[in-house]
Amino acid sequence: MTDLLAGLGRRSLDFFERLGRGHLFLLRVLASVPGLVRRPGLVVKQVWSTGVQSLIIIVISGAFVGMVLGLQGYNTLVTFGAEESLGLVVAKSLLRELGPVVSALLFAGRAGTALTAEIGFMKATEQLSAMEMMAVDPLRRIVAPRFVAAIIAMPLLAAIFTAVGVLGGYFCGVGLLGVDDGSFWSQMQAKVLLMEDVVNGVVIKGVVFGAVISWIAVFEGYDAVPTSEGVSAATTRTVVHSSLAVLGLDFVLTGLMFN
Amino acid sequence: MAITSDPTQSETLVRIRNLHFRRGRRAIFDGIDLDIPRGRITAILGPSGTGKTTLLRLIGAQIAPTQGTVEVDGRDVHRLPLDELYEQRKRIGMLFQSGALLTDLSLFENVAFPLREHMRLPESMIRSLVLMKLEMVGLRGARDLYPRELSGGMARRAALARAIALDPMMIMYDEPFSGQDPISMGILVRLIKTLNDTLGITSVLVSHDVAETCTIADYIYVLSGAKIVGAGTPQELQAEHSPTVRQFMSGMPDGPLPFHYPGKAYLDDLLEAPR
Repeated sequence: MTDLLAGLGRRSLDFFERLGRGHLFLLRVLASVPGLVRRPGLVVKQVWSTGVQSLIIIVISGAFVGMVLGLQGYNTLVTFGAEESLGLVVAKSLLRELGPVVSALLFAGRAGTALTAEIGFMKATEQLSAMEMMAVDPLRRIVAPRFVAAIIAMPLLAAIFTAVGVLGGYFCGVGLLGVDDGSFWSQMQAKVLLMEDVVNGVVIKGVVFGAVISWIAVFEGYDAVPTSEGVSAATTRTVVHSSLAVLGLDFVLTGLMFN
Repeated sequence: MAITSDPTQSETLVRIRNLHFRRGRRAIFDGIDLDIPRGRITAILGPSGTGKTTLLRLIGAQIAPTQGTVEVDGRDVHRLPLDELYEQRKRIGMLFQSGALLTDLSLFENVAFPLREHMRLPESMIRSLVLMKLEMVGLRGARDLYPRELSGGMARRAALARAIALDPMMIMYDEPFSGQDPISMGILVRLIKTLNDTLGITSVLVSHDVAETCTIADYIYVLSGAKIVGAGTPQELQAEHSPTVRQFMSGMPDGPLPFHYPGKAYLDDLLEAPR
């Protein structure tokens, strides 16, 4: 019993110690961000590797999610004779929830793990130490550009996911199931609101999810035990923690935005 | 033996006093004093796991001591503000055991990296400087290769070219000879000596390769059991009567430095029932 309590206490202390270290790390990264104004090329390069190289999975997933929404939405709406509202249902679902959340989960799996593995590998092979000894701060040169790039890339990917998803829904609803083309677009145009749906959903959620995922990913990489097992464990933690954080934050943000 | 005396009577570049460093409960250094003279090759020898690499990290202020001071060029590196520490590091090159080349950059870009980070030079001048450094280590023709395409010896030479890119006052070599074939080892030995002689760089060489180190070192410290157990010129150490130094210098498997990791008696261990 004593051992159990001691173990629990130790785990709790470890958890809070790591949480504190993560927050201090975030402050140091944020302090390094203004310096990037003088070297935008570093961020652009990372937007390419985190954002552009995630495009394929985002586009394909967006298309399938949109098509499923079209099928399921049609089956439900047709019961009430409201299948003309399919465009609205697909667009609202994607803009407010599925677009930012699913693209964030995919982003965590594709780009977040790559960030953790890359930084963890650089640590394990002493590349970060070598930079320090060359008087180059790895936080400024390696971590900060990746952190900022992920925040830029995430809302853009969420927007692309949503746009492709709407097209997927259109393909299923109008192309396959015979929903009226004009009703699909006109209801969407009339009821989708710029601030409430687009800005709240894709932009704000996208930026928040991007910031959280990139924070977790770069911290896990930087804090990884410098061995192959350590980097592997850090990469796994990035996916698990990012996914849970995205889903939890989505609930909080939805509560704040739409109620 | 005067361990802290400077045998060459030249100015001291690195002065370490009463250095203590612990990792968990284990003392890595227990109050060591050590001087590294300017312009000479000083070697730190000792068995694996005695903290030789840790000592280099303490000199580079990558880790902080539990107690004691490390002065480089007259300044305690552990009390410097971060910007001044980084200025100091520009004058110190370090060759890591693994080479630590940046894997996403070509050899040329690896050597150019510190130049691009710290100097605003025209591209033509960067090119000339990089080619000069690569020529010194014999890799000018390999400048477009990536680290994954290099052998271990080539990677270490490339890392050496990068370490001298900013013309440092001191280079720290972390196990430069480990894992090298005889030819690569010979090349590295010659390179370290040549760089020291021609550029006047102070060299700190951490190694457990006694024979190679003795051919180029001006002065050697032997570390063991968290202490400095011997110091002197290679000739002085070869003639040293201390059992620990003699065991290490002649490579005897057992002696004051035990072959076996401390544990319970062999017979007791064999007879003990598995838990």
